[in-house]
Amino acid sequence: MHTLKFILQKEFLQIFRNKSMLPIIFILPIIQLCVLVFAATYEMKNTNMYIVDQDLSTHSRKMISKFEGSKFFTVKEVGFSEVEAERQVDQNEVDAILIIKNDFGKKMDKHQSAEVQLLINAIDAAEAGLYRAYISSVIQEYAQSVSVQDIGNKQIQMVESTYSHQFNPEMEYIPYMLPGVLVVLVTVIGLFLSAMNIVREKEIGTIEQVNVTPIKKYQFLLGKLIPFLVIGIFELLIGLLIAAFIFQIPFLGSGILILGIAFLYLICILAMGLFISTQTETQQQAMFIAWFFMIIFILMSGLFTPVESMPDWGQTLNYLNPVAYFMKIIRMVLLKGSGFIHLQREIGILSVFAGIMLFFAIYRYRKVR
Amino acid sequence: MFDHQQIKRFLGFVRKEFYHIFRDKRSMLILFGMPVVQLLLFGFVISTDIKDIKLAVLDQAKDERSLELIHKITSSGYFQLYENLSSLGECDEVFRKGEVKMILHIESDFSSKMGREGKGNIQILTDASDPNMANLELNYLQGILQNYNVEINKKEKIHQPISVKSRMLFNPNLESVYLFVPGIMSIILLLISAMMTSISIAREKEMGTMELLLVSPLSPLQIILGKVSPYLLLSFINALVIISMGYFVFQVPVLGSLTLLLLESLIFIFLALSLGILISTISKIQQVAMMLSMFALMLPTIILSGFIFPIRNMPLPLQIFSNVLPPKWFIIIIKNIMLKGVGIGYIWKETLVLLGMIMVFILLSVKKFKVRLE
Repeated sequence: MHTLKFILQKEFLQIFRNKSMLPIIFILPIIQLCVLVFAATYEMKNTNMYIVDQDLSTHSRKMISKFEGSKFFTVKEVGFSEVEAERQVDQNEVDAILIIKNDFGKKMDKHQSAEVQLLINAIDAAEAGLYRAYISSVIQEYAQSVSVQDIGNKQIQMVESTYSHQFNPEMEYIPYMLPGVLVVLVTVIGLFLSAMNIVREKEIGTIEQVNVTPIKKYQFLLGKLIPFLVIGIFELLIGLLIAAFIFQIPFLGSGILILGIAFLYLICILAMGLFISTQTETQQQAMFIAWFFMIIFILMSGLFTPVESMPDWGQTLNYLNPVAYFMKIIRMVLLKGSGFIHLQREIGILSVFAGIMLFFAIYRYRKVR
Repeated sequence: MFDHQQIKRFLGFVRKEFYHIFRDKRSMLILFGMPVVQLLLFGFVISTDIKDIKLAVLDQAKDERSLELIHKITSSGYFQLYENLSSLGECDEVFRKGEVKMILHIESDFSSKMGREGKGNIQILTDASDPNMANLELNYLQGILQNYNVEINKKEKIHQPISVKSRMLFNPNLESVYLFVPGIMSIILLLISAMMTSISIAREKEMGTMELLLVSPLSPLQIILGKVSPYLLLSFINALVIISMGYFVFQVPVLGSLTLLLLESLIFIFLALSLGILISTISKIQQVAMMLSMFALMLPTIILSGFIFPIRNMPLPLQIFSNVLPPKWFIIIIKNIMLKGVGIGYIWKETLVLLGMIMVFILLSVKKFKVRLE
């Protein structure tokens, strides 16, 4: 215990002496958190439309005014030429073109089925799908308002639906994205710092001086792990405070529970970093390996896209992904108020991971080459 | 300017740098494996498809009609019946467990109302802690209900007066990988080039070997060029790998000129390398170089450059800020060349921006570069 205290003292001194790293560890993540959450939104606004109206009838004009009145769409231009419209798509000026041909109004008046054409810039497939749905729904709404007179007396049956969005009635993105980005920031800092730590001592040769002392392997590793654990928890705490007080995101669950789970999670990540560090020869190597795993972990964690949408083999692989567990847990606890009983399985798995990684990091560390 | 002797010296230095890099098999494996793995992940794993969404049903009607409706919804392939609830009070608890994403509530008078008034109402509750998915799920479910309505009124024939014929430009099958190939290319090229350059220079400083280089007859310019050239080659190979994988594995076309695409990639690689040099001039140790080139660049590149989140959806200050991020411009350029098939006439502005950024980075680095170590 006494030995550990001295190692900890040395490690903390080393971390806080390195003035050029301090802002990167403590300030950069906070800035990133505060800025990036505003950007990470799928909420659609400013969709620019070009409407080619070759019909110029009351019907086409009424329909155009429906689009002009909607908050989703900005009708950038109403014109006559399809060529001009497509040129604007090529130049990224507009996202969708609605073409109303010249027999549209006549057909509407005669109650024949009329047709409009819709061209959408589909490079972003997910957005394009939503554009199509929204634009079609505006058109159908207009169609129904016209046809409501002539179906009045027929006997038809309809299932109607009302909906409510639980836990987030305003459909805001920040409460969803902030915990996710916070997890990524804490993970990246923890993994990189720990992965580069021991190997740095190897590179500059100071590890030999430690190896000739009677310090036990586990003491050395714990001495490396605990300072980063403290830093990680501290940053998470700052992040949560920012979330609660600056962004005022709902905080339904228990903060203690999150910190407790974060403790397990960080042990797992840091032990993994230290394990990488013991297995590599240069900082560059360590960094590449850490980067490789981190990118995979993060992309598969459900940060941007839901885990449920992944193919089955992807979801199976995800059982091994600690980031995915913590990402899920922090969102569930914060946004839905899930408690310990709902998360037993995830917590159990994280503890097993933490134990295994810790074992490997200590076991594979060699004092003698 | 360079005589024979100098060129020989320079080439010798470049050879040393190549040895340094290619000797380290593990790093090489990751450098070339990284783009492949990322592309595979984005191509096969990352998606926002709606499939098998777990649905809980609170069916208080429990008759033929409600069962038919539930069957209609669960046989669509988008939703699967996960559990049956018995009271409204269970809803929050079910969402808290995290599996169920949507609850369907059918009241007991549903079918009788359908018979009497022709209108039945069902209630949909979504787990909107993920607002994007909640929205998509709701859209799909309402689509299914609409189909159902058309089906049960077949004899009555409500004609839909306007049909919408839509065509998806540039990406007719709505493949999400079309968006990811340009994004991954810019991330990989930027991170690898910037990171490798900055670290390898910082490493010489940290190990003290930079002093040896500085007192050698090589000029600072030659040292920098020699440091950078292996990474230029490496990154260019990576660009080729990404483009051909996109083409052969995911059928992402290259509609425009391949030469132009490769030229623009080279410009972007130069930019990333000059950014790496700039980072290395301000960091004395590898950790700082690494954290700056990786940590400070990675998330902003992914989130702010228009790779995953469309820039025009962001708040105005961030839209303005995104202009200083090189990948933003590069992503526009590749999208235009690969997917829209347009020529330099449409992208000369973006190209000029990239060239301008290279100038700025190089000027700053020259200003910061110190021939002496303190």
